[in-house]
Amino acid sequence: MLRYVASKFFYMLVSLFILISATFFLMKAIPGDPFMGEKKPSPEILARLMEQYDLDKPVFQQYTKYLGNIAQGDFGLSMKQQNQSVTDIITDTFGPSLRLGLIAIVVAVIVGVLLGMLAALYHRRLIDSAAMILSVLGIAVPSFVLASLLQYVLAEKAGIFNVMGFDSPLDYVLPVMALSAQPIAFIARLTRSSMLEVLHSDYIKTAKAKGLNWMAIMFRHVIRNGILPVVTYVGPMTANIITGSVVIEQIFGIGGIGKQFVDSITNRDYTVIMGITIFYGILLMLARFMTDIAYAVVDPRIKLDGGKEG
Amino acid sequence: MKKHKSLLLLMTLILAIGTALAGCGSNNNEGAGSSGNKPKEQVFRMNLASEPPTLDPGQAQDNNSNTIINAVFEGLTRKGPDGEEVPGVAEKWDISEDGLKYVFTLRNDARWSNGDPVTAKDFEFAWKRVLDPGFAPAPPYAYQLYYIKNAEAYNLGELDDPDQVGVKAVDDHTLEVTLENPTPYFLSLMSFQTYYPLHSSVKDNDKWATKAETIIGNGPFKIASMTKGQKIELAKNDQYWDHQSIKLEKVHMSIVNSSATELSSYRNDELDYAGHPVGNIPTDQLAAVKKQMPDELNIKGISSTYFYIFNTTQEPFDNVNIRKAFSMAIDRQAIVDKITQGGQIPAFGFVPPGIKGEKDEFRKEVPDKYFEENIDEAKKLLDQGMKEKGYTTLPAVTLIHNSDDNHKKIALAIADMWKNNLGVQVQVQNQEWGVFLKNRSALNYQVARSGWGADYNDPMTYIDMWTSGGGNNDTGFKNEEYDKLVKDAYATDDNAKRMELMAQAEKILVEDNQVVMPIYYYSNVSLIKPWMKGINIDFKGDLDFSRAYVE
Amino acid sequence: MASDSTTSGTAWDNLQPEDFKKIGMDEKQSEIIQRESLSAWRDSWERLRKNKLAMTGLVIMILILIMAIIGPMISNYDYETNDLMNTNMPPSGEHWFGTDDLGRDVFVRTWMGARISLTVGLAAAAIDLMIGVIYGGLMGYFGGRIDEFMNKFAEILYSIPYLLVTILLLVVFEPSLGTIILALTITGWINMSWIVRGEIMQLKNREYVLAARSMGAGTGRLLFRHLIPNAMGPIIVTLTLSVPNAIFAESFLSFLGLGVQAPVASWGSMINDALSGWMYYPWRMLFPALFISLTMLAFNIFGDGLRDALDPKLKK
Repeated sequence: MLRYVASKFFYMLVSLFILISATFFLMKAIPGDPFMGEKKPSPEILARLMEQYDLDKPVFQQYTKYLGNIAQGDFGLSMKQQNQSVTDIITDTFGPSLRLGLIAIVVAVIVGVLLGMLAALYHRRLIDSAAMILSVLGIAVPSFVLASLLQYVLAEKAGIFNVMGFDSPLDYVLPVMALSAQPIAFIARLTRSSMLEVLHSDYIKTAKAKGLNWMAIMFRHVIRNGILPVVTYVGPMTANIITGSVVIEQIFGIGGIGKQFVDSITNRDYTVIMGITIFYGILLMLARFMTDIAYAVVDPRIKLDGGKEG
Repeated sequence: MKKHKSLLLLMTLILAIGTALAGCGSNNNEGAGSSGNKPKEQVFRMNLASEPPTLDPGQAQDNNSNTIINAVFEGLTRKGPDGEEVPGVAEKWDISEDGLKYVFTLRNDARWSNGDPVTAKDFEFAWKRVLDPGFAPAPPYAYQLYYIKNAEAYNLGELDDPDQVGVKAVDDHTLEVTLENPTPYFLSLMSFQTYYPLHSSVKDNDKWATKAETIIGNGPFKIASMTKGQKIELAKNDQYWDHQSIKLEKVHMSIVNSSATELSSYRNDELDYAGHPVGNIPTDQLAAVKKQMPDELNIKGISSTYFYIFNTTQEPFDNVNIRKAFSMAIDRQAIVDKITQGGQIPAFGFVPPGIKGEKDEFRKEVPDKYFEENIDEAKKLLDQGMKEKGYTTLPAVTLIHNSDDNHKKIALAIADMWKNNLGVQVQVQNQEWGVFLKNRSALNYQVARSGWGADYNDPMTYIDMWTSGGGNNDTGFKNEEYDKLVKDAYATDDNAKRMELMAQAEKILVEDNQVVMPIYYYSNVSLIKPWMKGINIDFKGDLDFSRAYVE
Repeated sequence: MASDSTTSGTAWDNLQPEDFKKIGMDEKQSEIIQRESLSAWRDSWERLRKNKLAMTGLVIMILILIMAIIGPMISNYDYETNDLMNTNMPPSGEHWFGTDDLGRDVFVRTWMGARISLTVGLAAAAIDLMIGVIYGGLMGYFGGRIDEFMNKFAEILYSIPYLLVTILLLVVFEPSLGTIILALTITGWINMSWIVRGEIMQLKNREYVLAARSMGAGTGRLLFRHLIPNAMGPIIVTLTLSVPNAIFAESFLSFLGLGVQAPVASWGSMINDALSGWMYYPWRMLFPALFISLTMLAFNIFGDGLRDALDPKLKK
């Protein structure tokens, strides 16, 4: 196990390095600079700014310098939001996205798995169709439309919630609904599909034939096996959701990391782009790592072994 | 088997109903609060479409930053309700005969929010800090101080000694300013953020402007809290010298970049103010807003121009007649009536209304009759231009704009007008902001959207940008006569002469060369709740809520 | 093979031991004894045809496809001409789906939008499917270092900010439908490959796979005959979801100004344009949204039916 974790960790570092390099050069290949605007700074001031942020150096030199800085844990200062450190920006904006995202994931997994299980158990019956139509709606309505509908109906017309803001617990309800609709739909459909497969597999038939208790079959076999694809999906989805949805954050006025990231790209705020990319990369890799562990827990046939075929 | 399935179904149902009930439960508790009408305290709630990139007056360039800085700091003068200069930190001032020397006398009771007195040194320090060539990051608005003697030379590193810059604190209450040229609008610059004073504590703290606790201001409000990307809260500053005139106890600014959300919150009484300059009202809802809340809707012409620029170095727009033809073949009234719908005024000149001329507004003294819309004439000019260039068919034309709903609509409508009126097929291309700016300044376009707002209240802020090789002249336009007119206007202290020179320059720019194709003069469209009084919007469209109150 | 001897003209009653040839049995091929594949497909089709819900989905898909082709032709309007005197008109005999903020006919735009959205969705999904299944299948099948390596590659690609890639693509290439599809598929296939990988990892230790392997089935055969067909359920579900994902990803790009170039419309960009005023001009959002939803619904119920039909274990 230790060897496994160590090798994973090593791979992660290598991947991270490749990710940093690829993003750095990609970002530099895009036209623009952090100081552009409808009114341009004078050429002298622009030259001075470029120098102060090392942007006048050759790209490769900027790259090695950047690598040196992050090796010392220095992610630099934002080039747009003056004198704010990238680390501060990430910590400040990740909080809201994380809180919102975790709630949305929990809601999505519970509701999605339940819907999917119901649909599978009542295969080709009314409940199945209803659950699936419900979940298709979750996919078919774009999140920005759903968010806007929720805002209009539940906030502006019914007056139950605030249109925007992120202060009271009640303010979480609408964004969570908008954010979890699509994962719910996805999870429900995955669960249904793989549960159906398991329910019709021979070992379940055998278990039934052996007269095993229904609950035991469900929990020991069906759910455990049927939930595998969900586990695969939930890992990256978690990384995706907690790193923030631009659309949801923009519409509900939440100061999250998703909005921050898109803004940093629009502004060519290089240090922030890199910082969030690295942060996101680490999160995603951790999520994938957890997924693999979760696999091994859910399915004993998969062995955790980095070296050999497993 | 069946029984167990039902059990599961039951579980799900309970969960669903539970959630629904929880929703309803909280509805009863807090529902009433959120849709309460008039706020019970003296609070002003507004929205910023994006987070202010800085709260350092020396660095700020954008509307969002200014809106906060103007509330937290105060310059030597400030703007009165009609845009006139009224005493701020300075209680009086003397201007020398030749217009080159200003002596400001500061009031005794001006204080920083921590109780320290505001002195002339704080001004000298702040101005020289912006001009300091070693200051990082280099403030882009340093040029706003170039009217001061030797300021430009010091900022550009041609002069090492800061003492030679024409600003001097004679004593704690006297500030002496010497100018490079007589500048009739210099006094109005004293209420511009780059000229605000700074507390000496900022010297040793690079990050002072990023935290509420270290922002020490001298204006009517102080920063109470900042939540990144979400909200900024201001509270009344009791140390402010004129605090008796300030009635608001709190200002709450949300940060939401969605005009639909902003309007929705306004309707839901979560905001007291919506719309320009720091927010927006969706154009698609303007018609409904006009009908439903005519008394709350405020439309005010402001000094900004929306226009297209032609790349005079690229075919086919290197021909003046073709440029004129394109400019004459659109229907500006239809654009402002049907598309922007916010009371904008069709533009036929470049300097917008609201800018001071010799005695009255410049636009009233010099009417913008540089050209007229005329489709037949446009067709003739197009034919003539094509003959001059030897075209049988016009080269393909692409119009670029940056991604934005309004820009897109206007571009599509104009392209459609060109197609119908001139028979020219123009491709509209929407580009990402950075890519767009880069293409525009590299002259890698044919027609591009543009917009310009005033830095100060004088036509010069619109005229001097078009000189040959000017930093913001993205058209390739070079004209010696134009350059000379601008230079002469700078040199003279005769205001009538200046206005005349600038009027001539504008004629060269628009009538003779049609480098720019003016479309409309902006308006400031906003919604103000009936209980909110005393909000002021100035000629530039800057929002001043410092003397506002809830009635 | 036996026909050799019959055509040779040897009399049946005069057979000698030399007439017999030992053809033996290729041990490597022994595993190939199976039902004929044609009948398997026919079998699935029969089952699909009986599934009314799935057939409804298929019919809706075909109808939408037909309308996307002929819709713009049967109207008197085109999708780009403005009519500023008749902006935001509700549906009428003149304009069946009303007009938009520039007075353009929503009916024609809806079907022109269908062309774009369906092209983007189907093309992106097809590419995702091809790359994702092969890549994911190989990852899951080989496991170990190969899996680790391929997985890391996918992870890195997945973590590179998608917006940066898209902006760069649009700068390098001309903004066109092809560029958008490319931008969508550059990372789009990864999710599919992960789903497939998970399934394969789980399936490859199953008894029937072990049996096939012990009987000498090669990698390709194991993968494409045994593993992937048995992972078809999640693959089809993911596929039916990558169509809407691609359609919405395009609309998100429009939202950021990187989607299809106006005046060309996609369903997503039409919804986007209509979003800020939908409470006053609902038709501008309703029609594209309705057809997106219908398309998704059709795709999904058809996908479910297909899944059921293809899965041999669900045979009754």
